[in-house]
Amino acid sequence: MKPLLQVFEVSKTFDAGGKPVRALDGVSFSVLAGECLAIVGESGSGKSTIANIVLGIYQPTSGALLFQDKELPDVRPLALKQAIQLVQQNPLSSLNPRRSVGASIRLALDVHDIGDRAGRKARVGELLEEVGLPADFAGRSPAALSGGQRQRVAIARALACRSELLVLDEPTSALDVLVQARVLKLLADIRRARRLTYIFITHDLAVVRNIADRVAVFEKGRLVEIAPTADLFANPSHPYTRRLISAVPVTSRREAELRDRLQEPLDADL
Amino acid sequence: MTAPTLAIDDLRLGFRGWAGTVEVLHGISLHIAKGERVALVGESGSGKSVTARLVLGLVQELRGARYSGRMAFEGRDLGALSRREREALRGDRISMIFQDPTSSLNPVYTIGTLFHEVLLRGTPGIGTAEARERAVAALADVAIADPGRVLSSYAFQLSGGMNQRVLIAMALANNPALLLADEPGTALDVTVQAQTLTLMQQLVARHGTSMLFISHNLGVVREFADRVYVIYKGRIVEQGPTEALFDNPLHPYTRALMAAVPRITGEGIPEIDEEQTGFYAPLVAHPGHSEAELRP
Repeated sequence: MKPLLQVFEVSKTFDAGGKPVRALDGVSFSVLAGECLAIVGESGSGKSTIANIVLGIYQPTSGALLFQDKELPDVRPLALKQAIQLVQQNPLSSLNPRRSVGASIRLALDVHDIGDRAGRKARVGELLEEVGLPADFAGRSPAALSGGQRQRVAIARALACRSELLVLDEPTSALDVLVQARVLKLLADIRRARRLTYIFITHDLAVVRNIADRVAVFEKGRLVEIAPTADLFANPSHPYTRRLISAVPVTSRREAELRDRLQEPLDADL
Repeated sequence: MTAPTLAIDDLRLGFRGWAGTVEVLHGISLHIAKGERVALVGESGSGKSVTARLVLGLVQELRGARYSGRMAFEGRDLGALSRREREALRGDRISMIFQDPTSSLNPVYTIGTLFHEVLLRGTPGIGTAEARERAVAALADVAIADPGRVLSSYAFQLSGGMNQRVLIAMALANNPALLLADEPGTALDVTVQAQTLTLMQQLVARHGTSMLFISHNLGVVREFADRVYVIYKGRIVEQGPTEALFDNPLHPYTRALMAAVPRITGEGIPEIDEEQTGFYAPLVAHPGHSEAELRP
């Protein structure tokens, strides 16, 4: 598989009241076309910083990003903005509460000038149906939908353009477990049907195990381990990865056995 | 036999609104024996948090709340208490830990001041020096290496994990008989969450505190609780000892929940039907674990 996105030696330093804080420290990896790459880490690991750099919201302090073998410019043309799309954690705050969900999806079509007037209306209906919602939901406001339905709308909006890479930032963390399972299934189906590439950012390793092809583990701004998912769980090589996996609260004996095998002293810094 | 620390019978709750009464709890019964760790697990909106707030007497003060049923704390009928008596229990004999540790602590007072206030509930008239001494000991108990610094800090100067430990120390400071924990650690990173839960487990075991542990996270419940009640839309649907309930869930709703949890052994994402047949099926108790059998 060819890399869709390549990240070379990217660092990002923020200025926190005159004191430089290094949020990312020389991070390099690539995202292969069609794969789901999970980025995991705890707060302060730099996982959101790298997402914002990929999306063009932040500029890296140093380093470079290549998308389809071309360097990503500081100011991105519309075509590139279309190609890389975002789904955020909390749809209640990422969807405009004053707008119907149809209008929110349609705004993406308007901005990128996709289709004509009549075509856009029909397209909104198709997009809603693609994420498993009835087309007539377009007229509803976000407040009238359940959490799972709202997240489906946010996914539909990310699919409205000619998207190739979806940055999913904790897309199911705010959802109940039954709803989470349905949304994860939907995301997997869409990726297959549309041949999309995902960067899936999360702190939930159990979700990662079931959705990602490869996993990149971040700790304090550094990429500490990147490996195919099955390998990473069978044989995590970095101690931080072992710590993360062994902290997952599990629900079955089989999982408990796997976890106990990887157990690292969790109370080391207590 | 001594009375259970907490006994709830046929608790019903509704909120009167513009469009009539919204029923939230449809007659739930549960109990917590002395020293027992009991989990109430369910999705958002199932009624688990409101149950804890009823026990604390917080919901009763809301206008529009209509409730019936019996709640007894160490054999005393909570419904028969005056407002003053109910308030006296809070923070002393019954305490609570909330989900987000940082927002549970008043940002304009130092931890030391807040801790003094907590100790005053259990020991009226306790002085600053003695309160500080006891606070230092309590913080040391939750593995805080530098209690002095923490006591002179404000909540926003400390990490989430540190604040969570402060809250645990405060909740246990007056040696309550019952600790209500509403999604403790949910807002924390996984490794920090694992540490604080282990710590809390050790502390309640040492103090012999009875505990109602409210969570939507099945994994956390499995590791923490002795016994589990599963709640769905205001009804208890299954109850049993933790191990039996996780190894062999009996109710269709519990089975669906267990099937939907992603597993680190990588069993894939299950197909969850939109059709929720059987979720309203009556309560299933594991053998020997119905309320009638456990509460003679």
